[in-house]
Parts: sequence; structure tokens; C-alpha cells
Amino acid sequence: MMEHIPLNFPFLAAALLVGISFYIIIFKRNLIKLIMGIAMMASGVNLFLVALGYRAGGGAPIYTDAPEGPMVLPVPQALTLTSIVINVAVLALMLTIVIRIYRHTGSLDSEKSRKMKG
Amino acid sequence: MASLITHSPILIIAIPLAAAFLTLPIGMASKKARNALVIVSLTFVVFLVFALARDIAINGIHVYTLGATSPDLTIPTGFMVPVRIILEVDGMSILMGIIWSIVALAAAIFSLSHIASETGQNRFYTLLLLMVAGGFGMMFTGDLFNLFVFLEITSISGAALIAFRTRFADTQEGGFKYIVVSAIASLMVLFAIGLLYGQYNLLNIGALAQVIQYTTPDKIALALLVIAFTIKAGMVPLHLWLPDAYSVAPASITGMLLITSHTCMYAAFRVCFTLYGGMLDTPVVGWIIIIFGLLSMFVGVTMALSQKDVMRFMSYHAISQLGYMWVGVGVGLAVLGNAELVATYGRDAISGGIFHILNDGMYMPLLFFIGGALFHCTGTRDLTKMGGLAHKLKWTTMLFIIGTLCISGIPPLNGFSSKILIYENVYRFHPILTITGIIVSILILASFTKTFHSAFMGAELSEYKEVKEVPRSMIIAMVILAAGIVFITLFPSLIVNWTIHPAADALIDQGAYINAVTGAIP
Repeated sequence: MMEHIPLNFPFLAAALLVGISFYIIIFKRNLIKLIMGIAMMASGVNLFLVALGYRAGGGAPIYTDAPEGPMVLPVPQALTLTSIVINVAVLALMLTIVIRIYRHTGSLDSEKSRKMKG
Repeated sequence: MASLITHSPILIIAIPLAAAFLTLPIGMASKKARNALVIVSLTFVVFLVFALARDIAINGIHVYTLGATSPDLTIPTGFMVPVRIILEVDGMSILMGIIWSIVALAAAIFSLSHIASETGQNRFYTLLLLMVAGGFGMMFTGDLFNLFVFLEITSISGAALIAFRTRFADTQEGGFKYIVVSAIASLMVLFAIGLLYGQYNLLNIGALAQVIQYTTPDKIALALLVIAFTIKAGMVPLHLWLPDAYSVAPASITGMLLITSHTCMYAAFRVCFTLYGGMLDTPVVGWIIIIFGLLSMFVGVTMALSQKDVMRFMSYHAISQLGYMWVGVGVGLAVLGNAELVATYGRDAISGGIFHILNDGMYMPLLFFIGGALFHCTGTRDLTKMGGLAHKLKWTTMLFIIGTLCISGIPPLNGFSSKILIYENVYRFHPILTITGIIVSILILASFTKTFHSAFMGAELSEYKEVKEVPRSMIIAMVILAAGIVFITLFPSLIVNWTIHPAADALIDQGAYINAVTGAIP
């Protein structure tokens, strides 16, 4: 059991990140903290994807000075890159909207800046 | 022409994408040229979608491999599995494509006058076309990762469009809620994709469906995918963001957002039927979907009864309409394992649910557009402040009556033909479903009668003496959708035979979808 822990460490870290970010998203009332929670969640998922890319015995898929032996398929890395780019766009848009909300309501508290109910 | 149809899946996505980035330079030079570009490109997309639909009706599933020497070469030479990006269009995808192309064209035409007084119109059309491209991508893609990418494209452009009118505080709040919910849902989808990739080293839906085992991680992935798409579609109890986001968006965008809800629902069906299919514990998953549907139907309509804001009122009705589709398709999913029951009522229940997507995709955007037209004329969304508008808005009133009769399922309009198909077949599964459906239908009619009365009937109000009929482009957009309604009303059996049954069969027949990818080894 113990010998699996180093191998599973990235997955545990990813689960921890996603768990903490869920807590932040649900319980924090500050909109900037909410956005930070989503950024953390994205990092957790990205870490999960990168960790999936490693297969026991496989080398990094870089052809320059490559050692002998099989290489892993670089699909998860490609996915992670795409996902990082998308998340940058999402976070930028969120922050833009938060600036607008602050200008309209003068508050970043999700309870105070709420207009719509029912 | 033949090569145009061969390449049409990618062209349908690429043309709006290319036009999106052309609107900015062209719009700076001339406003008229930009409008013409938007309308012409979307009209061409409508034409391509119909040409592709005809081809699929004749030749079956259309597979398009990007970057391959020949578009049907799904598995590259020397590989055992599909590694390229594959677009796979079957009966169900193309039905969604038909709805999306028509609504997108109508929304673009409606926007011509609806946002005529706003700043930054070039960017509005850029975002609109990006959203069109993203929606088509979600419908046509054959692999899970591109589903995620196109989901994000649709969400980002959708959120930016909701928050487009930055001078109002509520639009910013609605846009923020939408992007937060979308971001969380998309990350759940990505996590589920990671779980599936980690086990099978595959991303292609067809190839994954062939090897999937329904292990514990697969079940977690299924739960994550279904919940994520349920959040994005806006089903009760995960609907709280939907009225806030839909009611503040420009009306043309609300119509399109509704179809993105349908598209997320389509993605959930694709996951349940095509990806998991026979492996699924179908009664359990089917009942979960049915319960989501029942809750949405009932909670949506009861919340709508008390609304004063016309767009909010219609948003809640949109939620309750989504419930009908989930109940219809959920019943089909619940009996999927039993071939005999599928033949007796499962297939028809699915057909009813899918037919309702088509009908809802015509009348619900029409009603949203009418809400936008009322806002355009009166400057308010508050129903209590409106009144006597039928004297001035003759076209809008007529179209509103058509929409109302459709949504409440009054024969012989198209809303009735799909609801009766759902009622008849879910009754054999469980009578309570039909009873709830009929009660909800009555409540819909009641609430729409109230709205019709408070907005259109009564004496002319003094503050609306100067109101004129809405601009021509708005009427054209609404008439396009109303023409769709009339066409479906006149030829329901034609529509069911040519589009709805192939779509239902595409969902049921998992093998055909898999063979289209893995069987096409040259």
C-alpha cells in the first residue's frame, strides 16, 4: 500500500485542490475569491490530466536527445494546454464582469450586489 | 456540389467562425456590409445544413475526419484506434443542427434592429457568430474533448453576449452567474473526460463506446457528465441561474441560449445512449432523468405563474418545456435494455421528446423575441406596466397568439402533436407522468392567458400612445419562426417520418454510430 503513495501523489493533490475549491465556491461571498476558487478548480483538473499522461515505464514524448524505450502518447498534455488557454479566457471574462458589477453596485459581496430574486 | 456536401460538416462550423473574425474589419468600413456578411453567411449555413440533412437521410451517418487524406479515413494507416479529430453527424445531430441554424439566422435578423442603438455592434456580431460555430461544433463533434472545447466556446461567447448591454447592472449579474455556472460545469466535463481517457486511452465517442466496461470510475464519469449537462441545460433543481441569465440577455440572444440548453441536453443524451448505451443500468439512469424532467415541468410552471417580468416569465416556461423532453427521452432510456418495450412505446416516447425539442426550438425563441419586441416598444419588462398593446402591435399580437397556443399544446398546432406523442407513450410506462404533463399544460395556458391579457388587452394606455409597430427586421425574424411552426403544424407526419424517427433511431442504435468510426477501415 505504502509504495503506491508516491505514484498516486499527484492524484491526491488534484483531489485536494478540487475539494478546497468546491468549499471556496460554495461558502465564500466575495466575488474575487469565488473566481480564485474556480481558478484553483481548473488547476486541480489540469493537474489530474497531466498526471494521467504518465504511464509506468514510458518516457517523455520529446524527440530531442530521447532515451531508448517507449514514449507516452502526448494527448493529455495537448488537452491540458487547450484547457489552460480556455481557462485564461474564462477567468479574464469573469474578472471583466466583476469590474462592471463593482462599478454598478459598489460592492463585491455576492449578497449585497444581488439585484435579482425569485 | 458533391464535394461541398462531403466537406459540409466542417464548413458549417468554419463559415461562422471565419465570418466572426471578418465582422470586425468589415464593420469598421461599413455597417451595411457587415450586416450583409452576417446574414449571408448564416443563410449559407442554413442551406448547407439542409443539404447535409438530405444526404444523411439518403446515405446514413456522415463521418468527416480532419487532416486525413480522405474524409472517411477515420483510423489512420498504421494505427488501431482513431487519433484524429472526427466529426460525426447522424440523424440526431443534424436535427439539432437544423433547429440551431434556423434560430441563429432568425436571431441575427432580429438583432439588426434590436441592438441598433447599442455601442460595439461589430463585437456583438463577432460573439454571435462564435456562439453559432460553438453550437454546431457541440452537435457535430465525434469526440469528447472537442465537445468540451465547443461547450466552452459557446459558454464564453454566451456569457459575453448576456453581459453585452453593460449600462444595466442586472445584465452584468446575469452574465457573471452564467459564466460561473458554465465554468464549473465544463470543468466537471473535463474531469470526466480525464477519467475515461485514463482507463481506455481514447477520446472518440464511437471507439470509447466499443470498449467501455462500466467500472466504478466510468460510473463517476457518467454522473459528472450528466450532472454537468443538467446544470448547463438549466434543469430543476440546478436551474437557479437560468432565469437570471436568460431574462437580462438581449432577446435575440435569449432565443439562442435556449437552443444551447437543448444542445447540452442533446450532449447528455449522446453520453447516455451512444457512449454508455447497452452497458448502462438503464432503469436507474432513466428514472433519474425522468425525475429531473418532472421536477422541471412542475417547478418551472409554478414559478412562472407569479412572475411580473415578461422575460423571466418566459424563462421559467422554458425550464418547464425542457422537462417534457427529458420525460419523453427518459422513458425511452429506462426501457432501452428491453427490445420489446422499445418497439412498443420506447421508440415513440423518444420520438415525442425529440419532436418536442424541434417544436420548442421554434415557438420558445418566438416568444422570447416577442418579449424583446415588447421591451423595444415600451422600454420595460414589467408586465404590470404594460397594457392595451394589441391596438398598436398587430403583427406582434398575432404572433404571440400563435406562440401561446403552441406552448400550451392546443390542437392542431405543433406543440400539441409532440405533446400527444409524449403523453400516449409515457402513459404506458407510468400514468403519473402523463397526468403531470397535462396539469402542467393547463397551468401553462392559464399563465399565458394572464400575460396576454395584461400586455395586449384592454384600453390603450396614454403612455403608449406613441408606440409604433416593431421594426421590419424584428417582424421578419419572428415570421421565420412562425413559418416553421405553421409548416410543422401542417405536415406533422412528414416531419416525424423524415427527421424525428431517424433521430430517435440514431439514439437507440448505438452500433451504427460505433461502426461509422471503427468499421470504415479502407
